[in-house]
Amino acid sequence: MVPMHELGIASSILESVQKEAVRHPGAHISKVGVKIGELAGVDRDALQFGFEVLVKDTELEPLALELELIPRVQRCSKCAYEFRMTDFDPRCPLCGDLATQCISGEELDIAYMEIDDS
Amino acid sequence: MNRIAVEKKVLNENQILAEQLRERYRENGVLCVNLISSPGSGKTALLERTLERMDKSARVAVLTGDLQTENDARRLAKFGFPVRQITTGGTCHLDARMIGKHLEDWKLENVALEDLDLLIVENVGNLVCPSSYDLGEDAKIVLLSTTEGEDKPLKYPSIFFKSELMLLTKIDLLPYVPFSADLARENARRVHPGMEIIDVSSTTGEGLDRWMDWLKARQEKARLQGVVG
Ligand SMILES: Nc1nc2c(ncn2[C@@H]2O[C@H](COP(=O)(O)OP(=O)(O)OP(=O)(O)O)[C@@H](O)[C@H]2O)c(=O)[nH]1
Ligand SMILES: [Mg+2]
Ligand SMILES: [Zn+2]
Repeated sequence: MVPMHELGIASSILESVQKEAVRHPGAHISKVGVKIGELAGVDRDALQFGFEVLVKDTELEPLALELELIPRVQRCSKCAYEFRMTDFDPRCPLCGDLATQCISGEELDIAYMEIDDS
Repeated sequence: MNRIAVEKKVLNENQILAEQLRERYRENGVLCVNLISSPGSGKTALLERTLERMDKSARVAVLTGDLQTENDARRLAKFGFPVRQITTGGTCHLDARMIGKHLEDWKLENVALEDLDLLIVENVGNLVCPSSYDLGEDAKIVLLSTTEGEDKPLKYPSIFFKSELMLLTKIDLLPYVPFSADLARENARRVHPGMEIIDVSSTTGEGLDRWMDWLKARQEKARLQGVVG
């Protein structure tokens, strides 16, 4: 069974592809690139699988989904150092300050599409 | 082959509707909170105790989401405030479109945003999906009960990160369950440093005063924004 959540996300991605396709008559969109933040709460394998299920046997084929995982990055409020957060440790590795802010990792964004116009 | 940059949110359509709702809440000085938890963590029980404690004149309304059944709305309707059930028919979360539709339907029953100060949304019991769908709320509130694992925040960081407040529920059960409240709070704050946490029991009433105070303070803030804006 495909998890409902990722299926919903996959179908939102497909809607965007279909909208974009309308703007390029006679061309075929062959790939869509999506950024997924570590904090987005989306399972990549389930999304990939759900996407394949939805695309199969439709006029959208062939259409690939490329997922890019965006790590959680924190910025230190004191020294402005930016670092990848691992193991949920918010401490600034440079100055040790605990007041660091999350600046990326929540993404669930469509980044690009590849179009074959032939 | 031609690569074009798109750069938009996957859930762009939902985001647009959510921003419209947010604007409407702001204009009307309404505080909207979105309660999220695993199934059975005590959202409806908390709302029963919350509505029970409200003044009869309080301008509060509740939208409660479930996959099936009107049970939660029935439980909450007893208190005399407007309550509507949103049955999603299988969808694992509420989205902004559903909220908008029910606000429209509510108008036919003479429930309008301009007559409210507080709109409470009880999301579908699920820790994953609701975190992706903005409902235009002022604050997401996550509930974690003492009958779940202390590591829930680490397993489902997204919702703990996005919530402004965590309610640690069913604390009356602490003596009977192998659950470390300290560890649960520590895990939640690892994911979301500085997150506010209130311990509550809907059975004994412990902690409910703090919760009501939190709501009141946030409501006042929303009201002032409505006056200024
Ligand atoms: N001991 C104890 N039990 C509680 C407490 N709060 C809720 N419960 C019980 O937990 C069960 C589930 O509570 P609900 O309030 O229905 O949970 P919910 O989060 O609304 O559930 P869904 O809407 O199905 O996701 C019920 O049997 C409640 O009686 C509490 O503070 N203490
Ligand atoms: Mg409920
Ligand atoms: Zn630093």
